[in-house]
Amino acid sequence: MTERAQLDARRLLCPMPVIKTQNRVAELENGAELEVICTDPGVLHDIPAWCRVNGHEVLETGRRENEIFVVLRVSHS
Amino acid sequence: MSVSEVVPRRAIALVSGGLDSMLAVKVMQDQGIEVEGVNFYTGFCVEGHTHAIREKDKGKDKRNNALWVAEMLGIKLHIIDISEEYKDVVLNPKHGYGAHMNPCLDCKIFMVGKANLMLNKARDLAADKGFDFIVTGEVIGQRPKSQRKQTLPMIARESGAEDRLLRPLCAKNMEPTLPEREGWVDRDKLHDFHGRNRKPQMALAKHFGLDDYAQPAGGCCFLTNETYSKKLVDLWQARDKRDYELDDIMLLKVGRHIRPRSHFKLIVSREAGENAFLDGYRYLFTSMHTVSHKGPLALIDGKLESADEEALAASIVARYSQGRSAEAVTVEIRSPDGVCKQVTVPPMPIDAVLPEWHVGDV
Repeated sequence: MTERAQLDARRLLCPMPVIKTQNRVAELENGAELEVICTDPGVLHDIPAWCRVNGHEVLETGRRENEIFVVLRVSHS
Repeated sequence: MSVSEVVPRRAIALVSGGLDSMLAVKVMQDQGIEVEGVNFYTGFCVEGHTHAIREKDKGKDKRNNALWVAEMLGIKLHIIDISEEYKDVVLNPKHGYGAHMNPCLDCKIFMVGKANLMLNKARDLAADKGFDFIVTGEVIGQRPKSQRKQTLPMIARESGAEDRLLRPLCAKNMEPTLPEREGWVDRDKLHDFHGRNRKPQMALAKHFGLDDYAQPAGGCCFLTNETYSKKLVDLWQARDKRDYELDDIMLLKVGRHIRPRSHFKLIVSREAGENAFLDGYRYLFTSMHTVSHKGPLALIDGKLESADEEALAASIVARYSQGRSAEAVTVEIRSPDGVCKQVTVPPMPIDAVLPEWHVGDV
């Protein structure tokens, strides 16, 4: 079963959710999944951009009520 | 075969998201240097989130320019939160402030110093990870505080980077650095830009085929902004202490700041985007909003010490509601723990909101 970690980045404004994501991803193994939960809609742009720049894969993005989530798969090159 | 031929030279570049650092990276990539970017988050950055706050900016692209530059140039980007350590730079700048509360010279020394810690000066020995030198987009004479002929060597010296700090856009105006002397980069292909004229940068951008880049007026830091700086100084005066938390400096970016008494101020939203932003802080601050009429949300920073002060604050909030011409407006006062009460007050007449209450107005 694939590990899916969660990161609570609610109430943080970009770029803090991106920084928290970056720091959490650094602790995860290749192939691990991370779900980041946020409230700043800017993450829908910034976290996928960060993933593209650093080679990680975005699996899913979306909204749940007032929250936004981004799921990514870690790929350390 | 010499080591320099087998080990690709690697540079760490300070990437702000603006044109100059973008060009500096591109000039290095053009010479075969492997570049990664580093972007420092101080808490005062204008980037990204301010666009998310204000409704009027909704049409603007909300991209993070540093990430966008990294993507355009195909480089990795390390974004580093330095907001806590950065307080010392803002509060105690050894070289003083610029026109406002901007400690530009200390800031640059601090950031280059951070990048210096990412260098590995022994890469020659093991072709190990890390970087051989630092790249910035500084241009001699461009910024009155930090980018002067006298200050650029000071940044190299005091950051500890010494001659491993290369400014590709103005290197030809300076003594050759280690990467130039060692032949890692070709000095002839570096530039001699100077002064505030932006035309050489724009021509170089065109040469590289870059036509979409950020040109923030007044730079990328709120501390170069007069209104913002005045609000920060007001915060220190009101608290009788030169200090701040990240939430404080976020809130200085939002709303009207009105201080009718020295021990409290109101932060009044100006539109829906700010309303939503301030709403996220109601668990930390006493807040007020009008219930009899449509109106703004306001946070109270400080303490209302009497019913009179509550009424005063409520009448100011009412002033900025659609009930401003009504005889009375009902305002709900909510404490951070969620306990609410209502007061009905006459809206304050516009001339009673004294100009000196508006913090930071210039």
